[in-house]
Amino acid sequence: MAQSLLKVSGLKKAYGAIQAVGGVSFEVMPGEIFGVIGPNGSGKTTLFNSMLGQITPDEGKIELNGEDVTQLGPLELNRRGVGRTFQTLQVFGKMSVRDNLIVAAQEHSGTMLSRIFAPGDSNLGAKADALIDRFRIRHVAHKKAGELSYGQQKLVDIAMAFMSEPDLVLLDEPCAGVNPSLVGGISTLLKDLNHNPQFEKRSSFVVIEHNMDFVMDLCHRIMVMVEGQVMAIGTPAEIRANKQVLDAYLGN
Amino acid sequence: MTDFLQLFFSGLATGSIYALAALGFTLLWQAAGTINFAQGEFVMLPAFMMLAFIGFGAPLMLSFALTALVSVVVLGWAFKRSLVDPLFKFGMMPIVVATIGLSIALRNGLRAGYSAEAHPFPSLFADKLFSIAGVTITLADVGTLVLALLIVSATQAFLSRTVTGRAMQAVAQNTESASVLGINVPRMIFYTFAINAVLACAAALLVTPTYLAKFDMGESLGTKAFFAAIIGGFNNSRGALLGGLIVGVCENLAAAYISPAYKDAVALVIFMVVILFKPQGLMGRKEERKV
Amino acid sequence: MKKTTLISIAISALVLLTLPQFLRNYGIYLLTYWLVFVLATMGLNLTVGYAGQKSLGHAAFFGIGAYTVAILLKAGISWWIGLPAAAVLCFVVGLILGFPALRVQTIYLAFATLGFNTAVWLLMRNEEWLTGGTFGINNIARPGLPGISLDGNLAYYYFVLGVTVLLSLLLWGLLRSPWGKAFTALRDNPIRAESLGVDIRNYTLLSFAIGAVYAGIAGALFASLVQFIEPAPFAVAASIMMYLMVVVGGPGYFLGPVLGAAVGVVLPEWMRDAPGVADWYLPLFGAAVVVLMVGLPDGLLSLPDRIRDRKAARAASAARAQAAADAAGAAQGAAKTGAM
Repeated sequence: MAQSLLKVSGLKKAYGAIQAVGGVSFEVMPGEIFGVIGPNGSGKTTLFNSMLGQITPDEGKIELNGEDVTQLGPLELNRRGVGRTFQTLQVFGKMSVRDNLIVAAQEHSGTMLSRIFAPGDSNLGAKADALIDRFRIRHVAHKKAGELSYGQQKLVDIAMAFMSEPDLVLLDEPCAGVNPSLVGGISTLLKDLNHNPQFEKRSSFVVIEHNMDFVMDLCHRIMVMVEGQVMAIGTPAEIRANKQVLDAYLGN
Repeated sequence: MTDFLQLFFSGLATGSIYALAALGFTLLWQAAGTINFAQGEFVMLPAFMMLAFIGFGAPLMLSFALTALVSVVVLGWAFKRSLVDPLFKFGMMPIVVATIGLSIALRNGLRAGYSAEAHPFPSLFADKLFSIAGVTITLADVGTLVLALLIVSATQAFLSRTVTGRAMQAVAQNTESASVLGINVPRMIFYTFAINAVLACAAALLVTPTYLAKFDMGESLGTKAFFAAIIGGFNNSRGALLGGLIVGVCENLAAAYISPAYKDAVALVIFMVVILFKPQGLMGRKEERKV
Repeated sequence: MKKTTLISIAISALVLLTLPQFLRNYGIYLLTYWLVFVLATMGLNLTVGYAGQKSLGHAAFFGIGAYTVAILLKAGISWWIGLPAAAVLCFVVGLILGFPALRVQTIYLAFATLGFNTAVWLLMRNEEWLTGGTFGINNIARPGLPGISLDGNLAYYYFVLGVTVLLSLLLWGLLRSPWGKAFTALRDNPIRAESLGVDIRNYTLLSFAIGAVYAGIAGALFASLVQFIEPAPFAVAASIMMYLMVVVGGPGYFLGPVLGAAVGVVLPEWMRDAPGVADWYLPLFGAAVVVLMVGLPDGLLSLPDRIRDRKAARAASAARAQAAADAAGAAQGAAKTGAM
């Protein structure tokens, strides 16, 4: 059996009396797009934050490429090839779009000391330009990121996560607050980055989303979380046909 | 022992005045994210204004009332409109520096424009002495302490028991939610500035008789109130009271038992120690780094 | 480099090199004083303006630099050894000061730095055996250069100018390297920065350490400039003035400290000498600071950006108005043809 890229086993996290995540296990294979859906309060964000080192789980294990990374923080995880986007927009408003992309990857080459002598763009200019073209934001690339529209900033946000060519990208509600006409574009972009990479690596994603059409169309497999537990894991077709899921979440 | 109690008690009195200024400080910080480096001058100006009214023949309490009114307009409303409102969205730095400039302007403006000398100021309290269990206390000390505590309690009660006060607290804790709930946020913030102006006036009324009215009286008072607020806990109004009292008492004790030269250093030292071990202050709550 | 930039640099160089020839002794002294503060506040601009930290204790490093050099001189050790010693000491202490910054945020960090400044100041004041206490240290010598005496104000001015320009170029180089973007990321969004692999811990510590070194070297230059030091210029009030200089000049703008130090050091002196001003120079200065802050909250150097933004906004609304007019015209035209 091929080794999983990400393996979560028995993850538990409680906040006082509330069991936000109560024993979640799943695997993400290399190259996969894995969706996580569930009602609000089902523990998706807590799961994400545990996986990203933002909080430490009470119990359970997180393995990345076979290595136990449960205790690691966001910095170490990023160095090991994990990228993320945030639910609330997080770009560097006062820097240009291009600089935002450059800073997103510059810390991955060399050491702090060697970077003093590196050129200003760390030789990442070409890569940044390529992503800018791919995301179709060339016309605003020179502007300060804070001056862009929400949808455009969202694209920059996603682009930033990809600059360092991570193995695994965690996307936290990439469609939140985005104009419906843009959602299709984001879906295409993500599929493109996953199936048909410009760079040598194929990135795997874990995506939290509420937009059902988006999730069903994009993901290879989907995990349904309800009240901190895994209700089902399967392909979009399997999930759509799962009676329990339909009753609890997709709605009758 | 009687010496100690005497010093302790008069220290409480002085400390309660610091507490008034410190309370205003913390309120401004909580409600409006404003660090007012001119707080000391906000005490100094009313002192001189009261003297002016008295000079026109008004009795002390009338002068205080009139001054409080003017302060609310000038140090409350005008200060907020002209300085805080335009700078609020630019973060802490511009407001801090603007109040530093304001402090310099007010302090030296009074000196250049009016007088560089110390002026006597009438006391609310008669020159009486009490002797309780062998300890001699002045009426002024008792009166000051009682009055200051009353004012602080009244402010606290207003904040926690009245609708307006609770609305002000809501604004302090979460401005966005407060406005969504229909609270008139700008007005609540104005009330905070108004209360600060009145507290500063009260501090002036109580402190100036002892220390005399001088253009630089705000410097040391403002600094001590600032430290007292931090020691007590900058995000906690009760902390201001505690901090003020601690500074007042320790100052007095240090001046007597160590050396008068160290009096001013005491607030500094306590402040440093507290910062090292509990940066959020003795009664402060820890604030999380927000995303 | 743009032509206008080159011309500006040429003119500035010309002015800085020749102006002192036309000034009297006091003018040269003031100019040197200004340069020293430019250097010190450049360090603070890195910590506060570029890296977004809070530091209200910068004058402590200024003092550590000054006292290190002065004490070593008294012990017979050359200024040229005192200088690197001051730099290293400030670097280490700056690193140490950075640690609270990792655990404590915004305003509480500001308080912690105030506490640090207070501690250092108290040390300077009380440890008479080391620092001379309130009596200070006097007869501080100027550094020795082979064949050139720096005892004259003019000669010392050129020396300080050279050091300041050199260190400014170094800082410029640092900020243009990837470190510059890392600091900005740290300032604008530390959580995001960390998730992108920016080691915010190290950059935070270094922003304090490097800023401290600049203040320390400035302090060493200061000690030999004024040739008598005592604790007063290194107290909290001085830190607050330095903070004022950075904010007024424009935090995060490289040349902000140049303007800020001019406002903080030179402006009050000019005002004092202006006819009719006399005792009013301080209140006018204070009022000027207030007006400056309300008018330009991002500092003096934000003026060009502000003008540019306003032009862009005006152009955008003009374009919208034009587009609306065109649309209305087209609709009218269509209605007319439709009605026919």
